[in-house]
Amino acid sequence: MAPDEQDPDDMWLDKEAGPVVRPYAMTHGRTRPSTGQFDLISLVVAIRPVSAVGAGLGLGPEHRGIIGLCQQALSVAEIAAHLDLPVGIVRVLLGDLLDRGLILLREPVPASELPNEHVFQAVINGLRSL
Amino acid sequence: MDYGRSDPMVGATGLPTAIKILVAGGFGVGKTTLVASVSEILPLRTEESLTSASLGVDDTSGVEQKKSTTVVMDFGRITISRDLVVYLFGTPGQDRFSFVWDELALGAVGAVVLADTRRLAECFPSVDYFERRGTPFLVAVNCFEGARQYQTAEVRLALDLDPQVPVLLCDARQRTSGKDVLIALMEHLMTRKYPARHNAGVPAAAG
Repeated sequence: MAPDEQDPDDMWLDKEAGPVVRPYAMTHGRTRPSTGQFDLISLVVAIRPVSAVGAGLGLGPEHRGIIGLCQQALSVAEIAAHLDLPVGIVRVLLGDLLDRGLILLREPVPASELPNEHVFQAVINGLRSL
Repeated sequence: MDYGRSDPMVGATGLPTAIKILVAGGFGVGKTTLVASVSEILPLRTEESLTSASLGVDDTSGVEQKKSTTVVMDFGRITISRDLVVYLFGTPGQDRFSFVWDELALGAVGAVVLADTRRLAECFPSVDYFERRGTPFLVAVNCFEGARQYQTAEVRLALDLDPQVPVLLCDARQRTSGKDVLIALMEHLMTRKYPARHNAGVPAAAG
């Protein structure tokens, strides 16, 4: 890790000023998604291209941004990083998209169930062949 | 939600399985460097706002306080196959807040604790945390230039580790070395879960 934990480029706003747009304005004040868990590593893929998502669904530009990004499967953490939004906001937006049937979601299988010898061996083989 | 538990590798959605590995350790020990060296994407940064009832000695006369903390996470991705993706998460500068880790550690298959022998004590909280939580982990000693090279046995002794916890040396900047660390972690996970089949010990621990 570089010693400069705070990227100076990220400090262009005075701390007191707060964000330019309050993030929860994008979610109309909602802090929890209406549906779905949305773990950081839950994978999301859009069912249609942005152009095929009609108006009148009550979607904002951030929703469309997610659909644009998720033409290939991405994790919730990746979506948040690419959109530069807090994960909590992205979860709410994803819940809206899931409600409207615009995305497919794969929540991770609980750690106690999934990881088995087969998975770990697959990871080892994959790492060796990288 | 049920995604076809009969074969957990293939979800009903056709999306891959994702697994999560944590990279922990003290400030400046090379967590993001390790993530960067093995990730197929440039490490990404995101943040999550977590709320927790405040704990500790400085609470104000029984008033229930909530503390909101923004956690910064650096993470990377390794696509193993069409069906399997590994995500690595590091938390720069957030090492002392275990409630922060609880969210992250949820569902993590295992963790790498990076150690710097010049400041070994800085990885104590990570080791304590994973031991308490029962998250399988190994200790990777990041060999900084100019630092005296310690034997892994000395590090194990200094950290008072359980004998089965692997300790290995690494160079977090080197991709091959970072891969070796992750392979050792996977081998450790297999050893833990299937002791009968891997009772020859932990090769990575010999260092």
